[in-house]
Amino acid sequence: MTPIEPTGAARQSAQAAVRVSPVAQDVALEHRRQSERRVHLAPELVTIRDLKMHFPVTEGALFSRQVAQVRAVDGISFTIRKGETLGLVGESGCGKTTTGRCILRLERPTAGEILFDGKNLVDLDQKSMRALRQKIQVIFQDPYSSLNPRMKIGEIISEPMMVHRTEPNKAARDARVMELLRLCGLDPRFADRYPHEMSGGQRQRVGIARALSVRPEFIICDEAISALDVSIQAQIINLLEDLREQFGLTYLFIAHDLSVVRHLCHRVAVMYLGKIVELADCDELYGNPLHPYTQALLGAVPVPDPDMEKARAYRIVKGEVPSPMNPPRGCVFHPRCPLAIDSCAKNVPELRELRPGHWVACSVI
Amino acid sequence: MEAGQVKRLKGICTVTDDERREVSRLLEIDRLQTYFFSAAGVVKAVDGISFDINQGETIAIVGESGCGKSVSALSILRLVADPPGRIIGGSIRFQNRDLLKLSDEEIREVRGKDIAMVFQEPMTSLNPVLTIGRQLTETMEQHRDMSHDQAVARAIELLGMVGISDPERRLRQYPHHFSGGMRQRVMIAMALCCEPKLIIADEPTTALDVTVQAQILELMKNLTRRMGVALIIITHNLGIVARYADRVNVMYAGKIIESAPAHDIYHRPRHPYTLALLRSVPRMDQPRRARLDPVQGQPPDLSRLGAGCSFQPRCGFAVARCASESPPLERVDGGDHLAACWEANTVARSLTRSS
Repeated sequence: MTPIEPTGAARQSAQAAVRVSPVAQDVALEHRRQSERRVHLAPELVTIRDLKMHFPVTEGALFSRQVAQVRAVDGISFTIRKGETLGLVGESGCGKTTTGRCILRLERPTAGEILFDGKNLVDLDQKSMRALRQKIQVIFQDPYSSLNPRMKIGEIISEPMMVHRTEPNKAARDARVMELLRLCGLDPRFADRYPHEMSGGQRQRVGIARALSVRPEFIICDEAISALDVSIQAQIINLLEDLREQFGLTYLFIAHDLSVVRHLCHRVAVMYLGKIVELADCDELYGNPLHPYTQALLGAVPVPDPDMEKARAYRIVKGEVPSPMNPPRGCVFHPRCPLAIDSCAKNVPELRELRPGHWVACSVI
Repeated sequence: MEAGQVKRLKGICTVTDDERREVSRLLEIDRLQTYFFSAAGVVKAVDGISFDINQGETIAIVGESGCGKSVSALSILRLVADPPGRIIGGSIRFQNRDLLKLSDEEIREVRGKDIAMVFQEPMTSLNPVLTIGRQLTETMEQHRDMSHDQAVARAIELLGMVGISDPERRLRQYPHHFSGGMRQRVMIAMALCCEPKLIIADEPTTALDVTVQAQILELMKNLTRRMGVALIIITHNLGIVARYADRVNVMYAGKIIESAPAHDIYHRPRHPYTLALLRSVPRMDQPRRARLDPVQGQPPDLSRLGAGCSFQPRCGFAVARCASESPPLERVDGGDHLAACWEANTVARSLTRSS
């Protein structure tokens, strides 16, 4: 096995990256802001209405009976416009991954509607859902377990094309594999290799190439960069951005890393125990977080600067996320909330639009 | 030869520093080499690293997966599985004893008692079939000649210290009754139970959520400061150690490539890799950028390293010399800042120009 070395282009762009000027950054940022404003006018691609996913907890092997239920997702609503990237953030167990799986119909939701291009995915039968999955693809978190170790990279990438019969002819499929590998920054020679011969970052590029193979419109990135090394994360983030631009893709970006979400997303929804507690434009949410949980989350993100870290007041939210099997009554955050008043334990707060486009579920604010 | 140079430079540093620091030196690692001998070849996981820790000091070892940071930590306690791994060179002096020369019996006395460890994954490092109480008291009965009742009383006190409520009841529970953050608190209580001089925390918060991560780091910092325990935090995230570390060692491909007081690492990096790590992450404290500057290429294969600097294929500052000669870890900028780069001055100039 000969190693595939970084190409000349990679070396050059590494050198260019060192010299990127502040002016060029400003121009690029303005371009980005413009495209973000355009997104606000685009038509809605995905609409989620009051989505609920409750899992039964059963006891007994032969005559099993339901003893409780886990309310993984408990009545959430949001929309994603065409070309938009919506960030879905929250801590483990808050239901963000379950939301993604419901949209892919890997789970059948307990209640609610999932409209994709006007079609309600909840009602679709297996056959029509399979056809629609061509338009909805997913990139998983772990590039080690999401690639079949016994398949060659070329086979992995061409499998969705065979399932959806987008490229019936083998030569066309192989050509498309080469094109996709190049598009995702990999040497086309990787097509004959196995996943174990690649590093984590390279495998994640394969995962992205596989998702793109059937020309989807909407991609769910479920913690797509969390398992990667810091130096590799930025490469994959840039790749996701380039692809979004090039193919007009729409992303649902599920993540727990708040600084990455701020960089990549147009709008952000914060989830806690199966509910959306805050939803706003990216700059608005990070600049002016209103929900106490969002404030706690943002306050807990460490900054790589010792002076700033030592100077800032540390307000650590107490306690841990309660079990979704037995969520607190009233507002689910009230046992940990610094602002909680008596009524928070009784009344479930509705998501209210406190500023234009900025929705918050808190009755104190 | 390069490690020898570091040694000499350190000698210079300590002369100018106050003498107290020399006296309170706790751990000195000198040219440590841990290799793995596999069928595919020799993997130089740790290749001649040297660093010191003083009493009560917190240092960080930062690097990406496979850079040798965990193997360095395991080597200190001689926990590297042999075969395939072996410590083939160097010395680890802890309170003036070379840990590498101790018998198996003697090193077991050191583990847990003088040097304790907190691992990344609290579920796999706690025994699922023993109660939390049994796991906490076992070490104390072993190392501190405590009676069972004394150990239980101390365990209750420790659980209270790490912020676990109702400790008497919790002692009788099993690890699966605890959440991830609570398990990590138990691990910290276990590490503290014999009042060690040094705690090595290997990615202590990687498996935890952000809000819990902040709780655990703050707890570790407060407890170690109060009890005067030195702390080595091993992490891949430069962000989390900014608040806690006095000194940061950055590792790449089995070597320390930069070592400096925390302020210098973040504000005046002298190695292109440290600079690239800092630049490649989006930061909450800075305005949004249009694009990130990633480190190009892939991390190197440790069994196939060339003669030159191992970061050279990915480095934007590389010159011809970098491909053939490996740079030694040398003092830059005067003071206590060490970097292993032929072009450290160019890195410094590029920083002053951009700011």
